[in-house]
Amino acid sequence: MNNFRNFLRALTAVVRKDLTAEWRSRELFTAMLVFALLVILIFNFALELDARARTSVTSGVLWVTFAFAGTLGLNRSMATEKDRGCLDGLLLAPVDRSAIYFGKAIGNLVFMFVVELVVLPVYSVLYNINLFRPELLLIILLGSIGYVAVGTLLSTMAVQARTRDILLPILLFPLVVPVLIAAVRASGGILQDFAWEEIQAWVNLLVVYDVIFIAIAFMFFDYVVEE
Amino acid sequence: MEQKPRWLNILDTLTAILFVVSVFLVFFYAPMERTMGAVQKVFYFHVATAWVGMLGFLVAAVVGVFYLIKGERKYDIMGLAAIEISLIFFFIAIIMGSIWARPIWNTWWTWDPRLTTATIVELIYAAYMMLRQGIDDPDRRARFGAVYAVLGFVSVPLTFISIRMLRTIHPVVVGNSDPGAEGSFSMTGPMKTAFFFSLFTFSVLFVDLFWHRVRMGKLAAKVEELRLKITA
Repeated sequence: MNNFRNFLRALTAVVRKDLTAEWRSRELFTAMLVFALLVILIFNFALELDARARTSVTSGVLWVTFAFAGTLGLNRSMATEKDRGCLDGLLLAPVDRSAIYFGKAIGNLVFMFVVELVVLPVYSVLYNINLFRPELLLIILLGSIGYVAVGTLLSTMAVQARTRDILLPILLFPLVVPVLIAAVRASGGILQDFAWEEIQAWVNLLVVYDVIFIAIAFMFFDYVVEE
Repeated sequence: MEQKPRWLNILDTLTAILFVVSVFLVFFYAPMERTMGAVQKVFYFHVATAWVGMLGFLVAAVVGVFYLIKGERKYDIMGLAAIEISLIFFFIAIIMGSIWARPIWNTWWTWDPRLTTATIVELIYAAYMMLRQGIDDPDRRARFGAVYAVLGFVSVPLTFISIRMLRTIHPVVVGNSDPGAEGSFSMTGPMKTAFFFSLFTFSVLFVDLFWHRVRMGKLAAKVEELRLKITA
Protein backbone atom coordinates (compact mmCIF):
# COMPACT_ATOMS: atom_id res chain seq x y z
CA MET A 1 0.00 0.00 0.00
CA ASN A 2 2.86 2.31 0.91
CA ASN A 3 4.52 1.46 -2.40
CA PHE A 4 1.44 2.42 -4.27
CA ARG A 5 1.22 5.73 -2.44
CA ASN A 6 4.84 6.50 -3.33
CA PHE A 7 4.11 5.61 -6.93
CA LEU A 8 1.15 7.97 -6.98
CA ARG A 9 3.18 10.72 -5.37
CA ALA A 10 5.94 10.39 -7.98
CA LEU A 11 3.36 10.30 -10.74
CA THR A 12 1.53 13.42 -9.60
CA ALA A 13 4.86 15.20 -9.13
CA VAL A 14 5.77 14.55 -12.77
CA VAL A 15 2.34 15.65 -13.97
CA ARG A 16 2.45 18.77 -11.82
CA LYS A 17 5.92 19.64 -13.08
CA ASP A 18 4.73 19.42 -16.69
CA LEU A 19 1.57 21.39 -16.06
CA THR A 20 3.34 24.12 -14.10
CA ALA A 21 6.02 24.51 -16.74
CA GLU A 22 3.34 24.68 -19.39
CA TRP A 23 1.22 27.11 -17.38
CA ARG A 24 4.15 29.52 -17.12
CA SER A 25 5.27 29.41 -20.74
CA ARG A 26 2.10 28.30 -22.57
CA GLU A 27 4.44 27.34 -25.41
CA LEU A 28 3.06 23.95 -26.17
CA PHE A 29 -0.61 24.74 -25.81
CA THR A 30 -0.47 27.80 -28.06
CA ALA A 31 1.52 25.97 -30.70
CA MET A 32 -0.81 22.96 -30.71
CA LEU A 33 -3.94 25.09 -30.74
CA VAL A 34 -2.86 27.43 -33.51
CA PHE A 35 -1.63 24.49 -35.54
CA ALA A 36 -4.96 22.66 -35.05
CA LEU A 37 -6.91 25.70 -36.18
CA LEU A 38 -4.67 26.04 -39.23
CA VAL A 39 -5.27 22.41 -40.16
CA ILE A 40 -9.03 22.96 -39.95
CA LEU A 41 -8.66 26.07 -42.10
CA ILE A 42 -6.70 24.12 -44.70
CA PHE A 43 -9.34 21.40 -44.71
CA ASN A 44 -11.94 24.05 -45.32
CA PHE A 45 -10.29 24.95 -48.61
CA ALA A 46 -9.18 21.46 -49.52
CA LEU A 47 -12.50 19.71 -49.00
CA GLU A 48 -15.09 22.44 -49.65
CA LEU A 49 -16.77 21.74 -46.34
CA ASP A 50 -20.34 22.52 -47.37
CA ALA A 51 -23.35 21.59 -45.30
CA ARG A 52 -23.83 18.17 -46.86
CA ALA A 53 -20.19 17.12 -46.81
CA ARG A 54 -19.85 18.28 -43.23
CA THR A 55 -21.88 15.58 -41.51
CA SER A 56 -19.95 12.79 -43.19
CA VAL A 57 -16.49 14.34 -43.22
CA THR A 58 -16.41 16.15 -39.86
CA SER A 59 -15.17 13.23 -37.79
CA GLY A 60 -12.34 12.59 -40.25
CA VAL A 61 -11.29 16.22 -40.25
CA LEU A 62 -11.38 16.35 -36.46
CA TRP A 63 -9.26 13.26 -35.98
CA VAL A 64 -6.65 14.23 -38.54
CA THR A 65 -6.42 17.58 -36.76
CA PHE A 66 -6.04 15.95 -33.35
CA ALA A 67 -3.47 13.48 -34.65
CA PHE A 68 -1.30 16.16 -36.25
CA ALA A 69 -1.54 18.55 -33.32
CA GLY A 70 -0.86 15.57 -31.05
CA THR A 71 2.50 14.73 -32.65
CA LEU A 72 3.51 18.34 -32.26
CA GLY A 73 2.80 18.21 -28.54
CA LEU A 74 4.36 14.79 -27.98
CA ASN A 75 7.56 15.78 -29.73
CA ARG A 76 7.90 19.03 -27.89
CA SER A 77 7.10 17.71 -24.43
CA MET A 78 9.82 15.05 -24.72
CA ALA A 79 12.33 17.30 -26.51
CA THR A 80 12.32 19.81 -23.63
CA GLU A 81 13.14 16.98 -21.24
CA LYS A 82 16.00 15.78 -23.39
CA ASP A 83 17.50 19.13 -24.35
CA ARG A 84 18.09 20.50 -20.90
CA GLY A 85 19.04 17.18 -19.38
CA CYS A 86 15.80 17.03 -17.39
CA LEU A 87 15.22 13.45 -18.45
CA ASP A 88 18.47 12.36 -16.80
CA GLY A 89 17.38 14.18 -13.66
CA LEU A 90 14.04 12.41 -13.70
CA LEU A 91 15.73 9.05 -14.21
CA LEU A 92 18.08 9.68 -11.30
CA ALA A 93 15.13 10.16 -8.96
CA PRO A 94 14.66 7.08 -6.79
CA VAL A 95 11.17 6.30 -8.10
CA ASP A 96 9.69 3.62 -10.26
CA ARG A 97 10.37 4.37 -13.95
CA SER A 98 6.79 3.62 -14.89
CA ALA A 99 5.69 6.51 -12.66
CA ILE A 100 7.68 8.76 -14.99
CA TYR A 101 6.02 7.20 -18.02
CA PHE A 102 2.51 7.58 -16.64
CA GLY A 103 3.28 11.08 -15.45
CA LYS A 104 4.46 12.14 -18.90
CA ALA A 105 1.56 10.34 -20.56
CA ILE A 106 -1.04 12.00 -18.35
CA GLY A 107 0.59 15.37 -18.94
CA ASN A 108 0.46 14.81 -22.70
CA LEU A 109 -3.12 13.62 -22.44
CA VAL A 110 -4.12 16.78 -20.57
CA PHE A 111 -2.52 18.99 -23.23
CA MET A 112 -4.23 17.09 -25.99
CA PHE A 113 -7.59 17.13 -24.26
CA VAL A 114 -7.43 20.85 -23.57
CA VAL A 115 -6.66 21.52 -27.24
CA GLU A 116 -9.55 19.28 -28.24
CA LEU A 117 -11.88 21.08 -25.87
CA VAL A 118 -11.01 24.37 -27.55
CA VAL A 119 -11.18 23.02 -31.09
CA LEU A 120 -14.65 21.49 -30.60
CA PRO A 121 -16.55 24.74 -29.87
CA VAL A 122 -14.58 26.64 -32.51
CA TYR A 123 -15.45 23.99 -35.06
CA SER A 124 -19.06 23.98 -33.89
CA VAL A 125 -19.33 27.73 -34.42
CA LEU A 126 -17.46 27.82 -37.73
CA TYR A 127 -19.45 25.04 -39.34
CA ASN A 128 -22.72 25.37 -37.51
CA ILE A 129 -22.78 21.83 -36.20
CA ASN A 130 -23.16 20.81 -32.57
CA LEU A 131 -20.13 18.80 -31.43
CA PHE A 132 -20.78 18.97 -27.71
CA ARG A 133 -22.24 15.57 -27.07
CA PRO A 134 -21.25 13.44 -24.11
CA GLU A 135 -20.80 10.32 -26.31
CA LEU A 136 -18.46 12.19 -28.62
CA LEU A 137 -16.42 13.43 -25.67
CA LEU A 138 -16.12 9.83 -24.47
CA ILE A 139 -14.84 8.70 -27.88
CA ILE A 140 -12.38 11.57 -28.00
CA LEU A 141 -11.11 10.67 -24.55
CA LEU A 142 -10.71 6.98 -25.42
CA GLY A 143 -9.04 7.78 -28.73
CA SER A 144 -6.67 10.27 -27.15
CA ILE A 145 -5.68 7.80 -24.44
CA GLY A 146 -4.65 5.21 -27.02
CA TYR A 147 -2.85 7.80 -29.09
CA VAL A 148 -0.95 9.23 -26.15
CA ALA A 149 -0.11 5.83 -24.63
CA VAL A 150 1.80 4.79 -27.75
CA GLY A 151 2.90 8.32 -28.57
CA THR A 152 4.62 8.94 -25.23
CA LEU A 153 6.64 5.74 -25.52
CA LEU A 154 7.61 6.41 -29.14
CA SER A 155 8.44 10.08 -28.57
CA THR A 156 10.81 8.98 -25.81
CA MET A 157 12.53 6.82 -28.44
CA ALA A 158 12.37 9.45 -31.18
CA VAL A 159 14.05 12.23 -29.17
CA GLN A 160 17.06 10.00 -28.58
CA ALA A 161 17.59 9.49 -32.32
CA ARG A 162 19.52 11.68 -34.73
CA THR A 163 16.46 12.23 -36.93
CA ARG A 164 14.19 13.05 -34.00
CA ASP A 165 11.67 15.54 -35.38
CA ILE A 166 10.79 13.65 -38.52
CA LEU A 167 10.91 10.26 -36.85
CA LEU A 168 7.94 10.48 -34.46
CA PRO A 169 5.09 10.70 -37.00
CA ILE A 170 6.68 7.96 -39.10
CA LEU A 171 6.92 5.65 -36.09
CA LEU A 172 3.58 6.62 -34.61
CA PHE A 173 1.05 6.80 -37.45
CA PRO A 174 1.23 3.21 -38.72
CA LEU A 175 0.79 1.96 -35.14
CA VAL A 176 -2.22 4.12 -34.30
CA VAL A 177 -4.18 3.23 -37.43
CA PRO A 178 -6.66 1.13 -35.39
CA VAL A 179 -7.28 4.04 -33.02
CA LEU A 180 -7.85 6.46 -35.86
CA ILE A 181 -10.17 4.15 -37.78
CA ALA A 182 -12.23 3.26 -34.73
CA ALA A 183 -12.37 6.84 -33.48
CA VAL A 184 -13.33 8.27 -36.87
CA ARG A 185 -16.02 5.63 -37.38
CA ALA A 186 -17.43 6.00 -33.87
CA SER A 187 -17.48 9.79 -33.94
CA GLY A 188 -18.96 9.74 -37.44
CA GLY A 189 -21.69 7.40 -36.24
CA ILE A 190 -22.48 9.68 -33.30
CA LEU A 191 -22.65 12.77 -35.48
CA GLN A 192 -25.00 11.00 -37.88
CA ASP A 193 -27.22 9.94 -34.97
CA PHE A 194 -26.68 6.20 -35.29
CA ALA A 195 -27.97 3.97 -32.51
CA TRP A 196 -25.40 3.19 -29.80
CA GLU A 197 -25.42 -0.51 -30.75
CA GLU A 198 -23.92 0.34 -34.14
CA ILE A 199 -21.08 2.23 -32.53
CA GLN A 200 -20.50 -0.20 -29.69
CA ALA A 201 -18.07 -2.40 -31.67
CA TRP A 202 -15.80 0.55 -32.40
CA VAL A 203 -15.85 1.67 -28.78
CA ASN A 204 -14.90 -1.85 -27.72
CA LEU A 205 -12.00 -1.80 -30.15
CA LEU A 206 -10.80 1.50 -28.71
CA VAL A 207 -10.94 0.15 -25.17
CA VAL A 208 -9.06 -3.01 -26.17
CA TYR A 209 -6.38 -0.99 -27.93
CA ASP A 210 -5.99 1.33 -24.95
CA VAL A 211 -5.61 -1.54 -22.50
CA ILE A 212 -3.14 -3.49 -24.64
CA PHE A 213 -0.91 -0.56 -25.47
CA ILE A 214 -0.89 0.95 -21.99
CA ALA A 215 0.23 -2.46 -20.73
CA ILE A 216 2.97 -2.79 -23.37
CA ALA A 217 4.22 0.75 -22.87
CA PHE A 218 4.27 0.13 -19.11
CA MET A 219 6.43 -2.96 -19.62
CA PHE A 220 8.80 -1.44 -22.18
CA PHE A 221 9.37 2.08 -20.92
CA ASP A 222 12.29 0.92 -18.78
CA TYR A 223 14.18 -0.34 -21.82
CA VAL A 224 13.60 2.88 -23.72
CA VAL A 225 15.11 5.21 -21.11
CA GLU A 226 17.91 2.90 -19.94
CA GLU A 227 21.43 4.31 -20.47
CA MET B 1 37.54 -15.25 -41.06
CA GLU B 2 35.28 -18.15 -40.38
CA GLN B 3 34.43 -20.59 -43.17
CA LYS B 4 30.95 -20.87 -44.57
CA PRO B 5 29.36 -23.73 -42.60
CA ARG B 6 28.91 -27.00 -44.50
CA TRP B 7 25.28 -27.25 -43.45
CA LEU B 8 24.60 -23.88 -44.99
CA ASN B 9 25.99 -25.11 -48.31
CA ILE B 10 23.75 -28.14 -48.10
CA LEU B 11 20.76 -25.96 -47.26
CA ASP B 12 21.50 -23.71 -50.24
CA THR B 13 21.46 -26.69 -52.59
CA LEU B 14 18.34 -28.12 -50.99
CA THR B 15 16.53 -24.80 -51.34
CA ALA B 16 17.44 -24.59 -55.02
CA ILE B 17 16.19 -28.12 -55.67
CA LEU B 18 12.96 -27.55 -53.74
CA PHE B 19 12.39 -24.37 -55.69
CA VAL B 20 12.73 -26.11 -59.04
CA VAL B 21 10.38 -28.88 -57.92
CA SER B 22 7.91 -26.34 -56.60
CA VAL B 23 7.86 -24.42 -59.87
CA PHE B 24 7.37 -27.69 -61.74
CA LEU B 25 4.47 -28.69 -59.47
CA VAL B 26 2.79 -25.31 -59.85
CA PHE B 27 3.04 -25.13 -63.63
CA PHE B 28 2.79 -28.75 -64.75
CA TYR B 29 1.24 -30.79 -61.96
CA ALA B 30 -1.50 -28.54 -60.57
CA PRO B 31 -4.41 -28.30 -63.02
CA MET B 32 -5.44 -25.06 -64.67
CA GLU B 33 -8.16 -23.28 -62.70
CA ARG B 34 -11.34 -23.30 -64.77
CA THR B 35 -12.52 -19.69 -64.63
CA MET B 36 -9.34 -17.74 -63.86
CA GLY B 37 -6.90 -19.63 -66.07
CA ALA B 38 -3.15 -19.16 -65.94
CA VAL B 39 -3.16 -16.08 -63.74
CA GLN B 40 -4.34 -18.22 -60.83
CA LYS B 41 -0.83 -19.78 -60.74
CA VAL B 42 0.35 -16.62 -59.01
CA PHE B 43 -1.65 -17.69 -55.99
CA TYR B 44 0.84 -20.45 -55.07
CA PHE B 45 3.67 -17.96 -54.73
CA HIS B 46 1.57 -15.06 -53.51
CA VAL B 47 0.40 -16.88 -50.41
CA ALA B 48 3.83 -18.41 -49.83
CA THR B 49 5.65 -15.06 -49.93
CA ALA B 50 3.04 -13.42 -47.71
CA TRP B 51 3.48 -16.33 -45.29
CA VAL B 52 7.25 -15.86 -45.22
CA GLY B 53 6.64 -12.16 -44.59
CA MET B 54 4.44 -12.76 -41.56
CA LEU B 55 6.76 -15.52 -40.33
CA GLY B 56 9.70 -13.13 -40.34
CA PHE B 57 7.80 -10.42 -38.49
CA LEU B 58 6.78 -12.98 -35.88
CA VAL B 59 10.40 -14.15 -35.54
CA ALA B 60 11.51 -10.54 -35.14
CA ALA B 61 8.98 -9.92 -32.37
CA VAL B 62 9.99 -13.10 -30.52
CA VAL B 63 13.73 -12.45 -30.71
CA GLY B 64 12.97 -8.85 -29.78
CA VAL B 65 11.55 -10.07 -26.48
CA PHE B 66 14.59 -12.34 -26.03
CA TYR B 67 16.88 -9.41 -26.65
CA LEU B 68 15.16 -7.28 -24.05
CA ILE B 69 15.36 -10.07 -21.49
CA LYS B 70 18.90 -11.31 -22.16
CA GLY B 71 20.56 -8.38 -23.91
CA GLU B 72 22.65 -10.60 -26.19
CA ARG B 73 23.76 -9.06 -29.46
CA LYS B 74 22.86 -12.11 -31.56
CA TYR B 75 19.13 -11.58 -30.96
CA ASP B 76 19.38 -8.09 -32.37
CA ILE B 77 21.16 -9.37 -35.47
CA MET B 78 18.45 -12.02 -35.88
CA GLY B 79 15.67 -9.49 -35.50
CA LEU B 80 17.09 -7.19 -38.14
CA ALA B 81 17.74 -10.14 -40.49
CA ALA B 82 14.16 -11.40 -40.16
CA ILE B 83 12.63 -7.98 -40.75
CA GLU B 84 14.81 -7.21 -43.75
CA ILE B 85 13.90 -10.47 -45.47
CA SER B 86 10.23 -10.18 -44.60
CA LEU B 87 9.99 -6.60 -45.80
CA ILE B 88 11.12 -7.72 -49.26
CA PHE B 89 8.96 -10.85 -49.32
CA PHE B 90 5.87 -9.00 -48.19
CA PHE B 91 6.46 -6.45 -50.91
CA ILE B 92 6.75 -9.23 -53.49
CA ALA B 93 3.48 -10.68 -52.16
CA ILE B 94 1.75 -7.33 -52.66
CA ILE B 95 3.11 -7.01 -56.22
CA MET B 96 2.02 -10.54 -57.11
CA GLY B 97 -1.38 -9.89 -55.60
CA SER B 98 -1.72 -6.87 -57.84
CA ILE B 99 -0.83 -8.92 -60.91
CA TRP B 100 -3.59 -11.34 -59.99
CA ALA B 101 -6.09 -8.64 -59.05
CA ARG B 102 -5.80 -6.81 -62.37
CA PRO B 103 -7.68 -9.44 -64.44
CA ILE B 104 -9.79 -10.86 -61.58
CA TRP B 105 -10.95 -7.74 -59.71
CA ASN B 106 -10.40 -5.54 -62.75
CA THR B 107 -8.12 -3.22 -60.78
CA TRP B 108 -4.53 -3.21 -59.57
CA TRP B 109 -5.49 -2.12 -56.15
CA THR B 110 -8.49 -1.87 -53.86
CA TRP B 111 -8.71 -0.76 -50.23
CA ASP B 112 -9.68 -4.15 -48.94
CA PRO B 113 -8.68 -5.08 -45.34
CA ARG B 114 -5.88 -7.44 -46.30
CA LEU B 115 -4.41 -5.10 -48.87
CA THR B 116 -4.68 -2.11 -46.56
CA THR B 117 -3.23 -4.04 -43.63
CA ALA B 118 -0.38 -5.26 -45.85
CA THR B 119 0.44 -1.67 -46.77
CA ILE B 120 0.40 -0.57 -43.15
CA VAL B 121 2.59 -3.52 -42.20
CA GLU B 122 5.13 -2.47 -44.84
CA LEU B 123 5.05 1.06 -43.46
CA ILE B 124 5.55 -0.16 -39.88
CA TYR B 125 8.66 -2.10 -40.80
CA ALA B 126 9.94 0.66 -43.08
CA ALA B 127 9.64 2.89 -39.99
CA TYR B 128 11.61 0.22 -38.10
CA MET B 129 14.46 0.50 -40.60
CA MET B 130 14.40 4.31 -40.36
CA LEU B 131 14.44 4.13 -36.57
CA ARG B 132 17.56 1.98 -36.70
CA GLN B 133 19.27 4.26 -39.17
CA GLY B 134 18.67 7.26 -36.94
CA ILE B 135 20.54 5.83 -33.94
CA ASP B 136 24.31 5.46 -33.78
CA ASP B 137 24.82 3.73 -30.45
CA PRO B 138 24.53 -0.04 -31.17
CA ASP B 139 23.02 -0.94 -27.77
CA ARG B 140 20.35 1.69 -27.96
CA ARG B 141 19.63 0.82 -31.59
CA ALA B 142 19.11 -2.80 -30.62
CA ARG B 143 16.87 -1.95 -27.68
CA PHE B 144 14.67 0.47 -29.62
CA GLY B 145 14.52 -1.93 -32.54
CA ALA B 146 13.35 -4.74 -30.29
CA VAL B 147 10.69 -2.58 -28.65
CA TYR B 148 9.40 -1.35 -31.98
CA ALA B 149 9.35 -4.84 -33.51
CA VAL B 150 7.12 -6.03 -30.67
CA LEU B 151 4.86 -2.96 -30.77
CA GLY B 152 4.47 -3.30 -34.52
CA PHE B 153 3.65 -6.97 -34.40
CA VAL B 154 1.05 -6.48 -31.68
CA SER B 155 -0.67 -3.69 -33.59
CA VAL B 156 -1.07 -5.71 -36.80
CA PRO B 157 -4.00 -7.90 -35.68
CA LEU B 158 -5.80 -4.84 -34.29
CA THR B 159 -5.26 -3.01 -37.54
CA PHE B 160 -6.59 -5.98 -39.45
CA ILE B 161 -9.69 -6.29 -37.27
CA SER B 162 -10.41 -2.59 -37.49
CA ILE B 163 -10.20 -2.57 -41.27
CA ARG B 164 -12.06 -5.85 -41.54
CA MET B 165 -14.96 -4.24 -39.70
CA LEU B 166 -15.26 -1.95 -42.71
CA ARG B 167 -15.69 -4.68 -45.38
CA THR B 168 -13.83 -7.21 -47.49
CA ILE B 169 -13.77 -8.70 -50.98
CA HIS B 170 -10.52 -10.66 -50.64
CA PRO B 171 -11.06 -14.41 -51.14
CA VAL B 172 -10.23 -16.79 -48.31
CA VAL B 173 -9.05 -19.99 -50.00
CA VAL B 174 -7.86 -21.85 -46.92
CA GLY B 175 -10.76 -21.96 -44.46
CA ASN B 176 -14.17 -20.41 -44.97
CA SER B 177 -14.70 -17.60 -47.42
CA ASP B 178 -17.12 -14.71 -47.25
CA PRO B 179 -19.92 -15.07 -49.77
CA GLY B 180 -19.08 -11.57 -51.00
CA ALA B 181 -15.50 -12.47 -51.94
CA GLU B 182 -14.60 -12.23 -55.62
CA GLY B 183 -12.15 -14.57 -57.33
CA SER B 184 -12.63 -17.39 -54.85
CA PHE B 185 -12.18 -21.05 -55.80
CA SER B 186 -11.81 -24.40 -54.11
CA MET B 187 -8.58 -26.33 -54.42
CA THR B 188 -8.44 -29.83 -55.93
CA GLY B 189 -5.99 -32.47 -54.65
CA PRO B 190 -3.06 -31.65 -56.98
CA MET B 191 -3.59 -27.94 -56.36
CA LYS B 192 -3.34 -28.55 -52.64
CA THR B 193 -0.14 -30.53 -53.12
CA ALA B 194 1.41 -27.75 -55.19
CA PHE B 195 0.21 -25.13 -52.72
CA PHE B 196 1.52 -26.74 -49.57
CA PHE B 197 4.75 -27.71 -51.29
CA SER B 198 5.21 -24.10 -52.29
CA LEU B 199 4.57 -22.97 -48.70
CA PHE B 200 7.17 -25.48 -47.52
CA THR B 201 9.68 -24.36 -50.17
CA PHE B 202 9.36 -20.73 -49.23
CA SER B 203 9.72 -21.54 -45.55
CA VAL B 204 12.99 -23.34 -46.32
CA LEU B 205 14.03 -20.41 -48.48
CA PHE B 206 13.34 -18.14 -45.54
CA VAL B 207 15.50 -20.23 -43.22
CA ASP B 208 18.27 -20.24 -45.79
CA LEU B 209 18.21 -16.49 -46.37
CA PHE B 210 17.86 -15.89 -42.64
CA TRP B 211 20.96 -17.93 -41.94
CA HIS B 212 22.93 -16.01 -44.59
CA ARG B 213 21.71 -12.68 -43.29
CA VAL B 214 22.52 -13.52 -39.67
CA ARG B 215 26.05 -14.53 -40.69
CA MET B 216 26.39 -11.26 -42.55
CA GLY B 217 25.06 -9.34 -39.54
CA LYS B 218 27.62 -10.99 -37.28
CA LEU B 219 30.43 -10.10 -39.68
CA ALA B 220 29.13 -6.53 -39.86
CA ALA B 221 29.15 -6.34 -36.06
CA LYS B 222 32.74 -7.61 -36.05
CA VAL B 223 33.75 -4.97 -38.61
CA GLU B 224 32.12 -2.27 -36.52
CA GLU B 225 33.96 -3.50 -33.44
CA LEU B 226 37.31 -3.50 -35.24
CA ARG B 227 36.69 -0.04 -36.58
CA LEU B 228 35.93 1.24 -33.09
CA LYS B 229 39.16 -0.37 -31.88
CA ILE B 230 41.20 1.39 -34.55
CA THR B 231 39.66 4.81 -34.05
CA ALA B 232 39.75 4.58 -30.24
